[in-house]
Amino acid sequence: MTTISSGRTAEAPTVAPDLPDRTPPRLPELGPLELLRWMWRQLTSMRVALILLFLLALAAVPGSVIPQTPQNPAAVRDFVAAHPDAAPWLQRLGLFNVFGSIWFAAIYLLLFMSLIGCFVPRSWQHAAALRAQPPATPRNLSRLPGYRTFRTTAEPVSVVAAAGQALRRARFRVVAEPGTVRAEKGYLRDTGNLLFHLAVLGLLVAFAAGKMYGFRGSALVVEGDGFTNTVTQYDTLTPGRMLDPDQLSPFTLKLADFSARYLEAGPQRGQPADFAAVVDFSREPGAPMQTARIRVNHPLELGGVKIFLGAHGYAPVVTVRDADGAIVFHGAVPFIRQEPTSLASGGVIKVPDAVPEQLGFDGFFLPTAAFDPNLGPISTFPAALNPRLVLTGWRGDLGLDAGIPQSVYRLDTRKLTQLRAGSDAAAGPWRTALAPGQRAKLPGGLGSITFDGYREWVNLDIAKDPGRLPALASAALALLGLLLSLSIRRRRVWVRASADEAGRTVVELGALARTEAPGLDGEVDRLAARLRERLGVADGDGGSDRVLGTGTDLPVRDRD
Amino acid sequence: MVNETLAGISYNFVVSATAVYALALFAYVAEWAFGARSRVGRTVPELVMAGGGDAAVGGVGGDTNAEAPLSADGPGPDGVPAPDAAGVDRAERLGRIGVSLTVLAAGLHLAGVLTRGLSVGRVPWGNMYEFVTAGTLVVVLVYLALLRRFDARWLGLFVTMPVLLALGAAVTVLYVDAGQLMPALHSVWLVIHVAAAVIASGCFTVGAVLTLLYLGLDLRARRGLGPAYIGARRLPDPDVIDRLAYRVFAFAFPIWTFAVIAGAIWAENAWGRYWGWDPKETWSFITWVVFAGYLHARVTAGWKGRAAAMIALVGIGCLLFNLFGVNIWIIGKHSYAKM
Repeated sequence: MTTISSGRTAEAPTVAPDLPDRTPPRLPELGPLELLRWMWRQLTSMRVALILLFLLALAAVPGSVIPQTPQNPAAVRDFVAAHPDAAPWLQRLGLFNVFGSIWFAAIYLLLFMSLIGCFVPRSWQHAAALRAQPPATPRNLSRLPGYRTFRTTAEPVSVVAAAGQALRRARFRVVAEPGTVRAEKGYLRDTGNLLFHLAVLGLLVAFAAGKMYGFRGSALVVEGDGFTNTVTQYDTLTPGRMLDPDQLSPFTLKLADFSARYLEAGPQRGQPADFAAVVDFSREPGAPMQTARIRVNHPLELGGVKIFLGAHGYAPVVTVRDADGAIVFHGAVPFIRQEPTSLASGGVIKVPDAVPEQLGFDGFFLPTAAFDPNLGPISTFPAALNPRLVLTGWRGDLGLDAGIPQSVYRLDTRKLTQLRAGSDAAAGPWRTALAPGQRAKLPGGLGSITFDGYREWVNLDIAKDPGRLPALASAALALLGLLLSLSIRRRRVWVRASADEAGRTVVELGALARTEAPGLDGEVDRLAARLRERLGVADGDGGSDRVLGTGTDLPVRDRD
Repeated sequence: MVNETLAGISYNFVVSATAVYALALFAYVAEWAFGARSRVGRTVPELVMAGGGDAAVGGVGGDTNAEAPLSADGPGPDGVPAPDAAGVDRAERLGRIGVSLTVLAAGLHLAGVLTRGLSVGRVPWGNMYEFVTAGTLVVVLVYLALLRRFDARWLGLFVTMPVLLALGAAVTVLYVDAGQLMPALHSVWLVIHVAAAVIASGCFTVGAVLTLLYLGLDLRARRGLGPAYIGARRLPDPDVIDRLAYRVFAFAFPIWTFAVIAGAIWAENAWGRYWGWDPKETWSFITWVVFAGYLHARVTAGWKGRAAAMIALVGIGCLLFNLFGVNIWIIGKHSYAKM
């Protein structure tokens, strides 16, 4: 059938059923070698292969229900926080990384061992079958499901010649003998079957190799800034086990422009319509600079490394002056989007060089600001139509000198004091909302902050997978093999010509398929009709066929 | 931009199609009820065997009498009296009304899908509503193809039921206004990958209907209840239905395989990896593995028949969960396919 299974031990007999072995099984003691042999036979049996297949399907289920670390680490953290009792057990069982777990690997490795154990002997069998000739004509053709007979005045020799020719034209493998023709067709079915299973094996190898020799990483790049493909420039990087991180392809690039377009009207207002980034890049140090556009679904490929657009957002550009009036900070600070639809983004600005005290700011960037009486300042549209920077301030020790790595998106407020709007203790927190170009004085003469404008940033997802083309080729071959093995039927046709008492020739046709073969009846019918036409039908026997029919199929509707 | 008028017309087409499918279902049910075998059908073979004929199973198209043998099983085992020819005629007429209404509904359905696509200037399978309307259309088209080739009118009742349910859910719960798609979906692979998924899903659904029918008839046969009839026509033997189900599944499986491969190519282009165990990917993998198991089970002693059929039903369950469950309850990279 479709599958490699026909060679498996538990296969249903199709052509020549062996008599079941009815002797009671003797149970010899198994030595270690016999035990291994027994285990191997079990493993390569169809039943175990089926069970492994279903285990594989079952094992994949938790990977879609429980959050997975490689796909969504943040969701795993939330899940662990929400289920403090269950989480350690799930962790121990590898349920936060199902597809990297030992038990998942055990299932598919056993399955593939089973596949190989079946594949190898089947390949030899098929190689032998490809060289073999169609089997001898059965003594009693009328027992075959596809049986036709008629009588003709033509000589047996010409019957055999005509049948051989007709079958050869139908691309059967034909052996003509005195009085009979044996023919077989459809070898490609098993070829396709083997090809499919081999290709699936190839797919696994390509997948594993791609993971081992490739990498995935991402880096946040602000418009105007550059990126060099070295380990330190990545925000996250997952290198394959066999990848030398020092051997990353040495390209550099600069994000010249990022633009996002949004639907401006209609019920879907605010939904993204298009993203595009323009980058200037050079393939290696000293190589000429080139320019490329990266869009969603259209990554940039540099020496086997593909660069994709990931998340994007705004980086307000601010200038901070301290109490002395000196510029102690100037630059674009990426804010992380808090609300995916309106792109209201949050972030912090750290000014360690301010005098007399270090300054910190946290707040929001609102691309299209509006004031909601209940929610306060909000953003109503993702594009920067009316940008505002809403900030509160802190002074004191930012904690940057403690030597502990700190998130650039969060203030450590333990040694900070919030700036107040007035000098008395009852005054609320100092707060400002700036339009581009506006400046706000900090309370207590601590200096000022200017919102110069904004730039956009984009997360570049950068990936290399040397296994992807082999994987694609394997997948294509698997599909081809699948189509061959599902559409082609292996079938045998025999024709016998023998003289009857009246001196006429009895022509018998018999056909047999190794598997369910819809359409075999029609094929034999056509062959019989062609032979009748070629040879002529003897008087008194106008082809009263004894049609058994293969009986396996729905009757095809008569169309007239 | 969206052509709202056309989108409204499309919606009306789909609602009309739903209504006509309901009428078709009534006709099929009426064929079943009023041409009931107990009263009408049981001795039909006696009437028609007079015309002789070959060993056909199930109905054959064309006129009821004379040259069209309805079955080869002879008189009913318990010798219930012959039905009147009027009863046979009535059942046949109702059945044909059912087919005509199905064809009409399919035409409206097709028009609905086409106008939806024209209204948004893209392929009409970009969200769940569109996926379900396109998928159910495939189900009906597969049924009509089987009807043409095998005169499988007995399937009408069992196909229109799920189609009606799915379309009913589509126009009420799942409906979203015609609109533009996320940039991630602006790809030629939306056409290829989703089209293949729609076609495969439709075929799998027909296979599942056949499998359920096979299991029911098989149960009936094992209880010794004798052949089943719809109207004046005898249903094929369980084994024949099982083999037809296999052929439908064997047709759908490579298309599903192609859909998964096309999805992987697209994912590689959009997200930088061709396989990342996103929930949608995981469930299409599970579906694929279960149907691969079905195809293996079909040729394995001890598994073929009912066990294999149950596996196919599990596969359909996975397919439906992937379409509805994953979209509604599980957050992943395919979340934009939401309602």
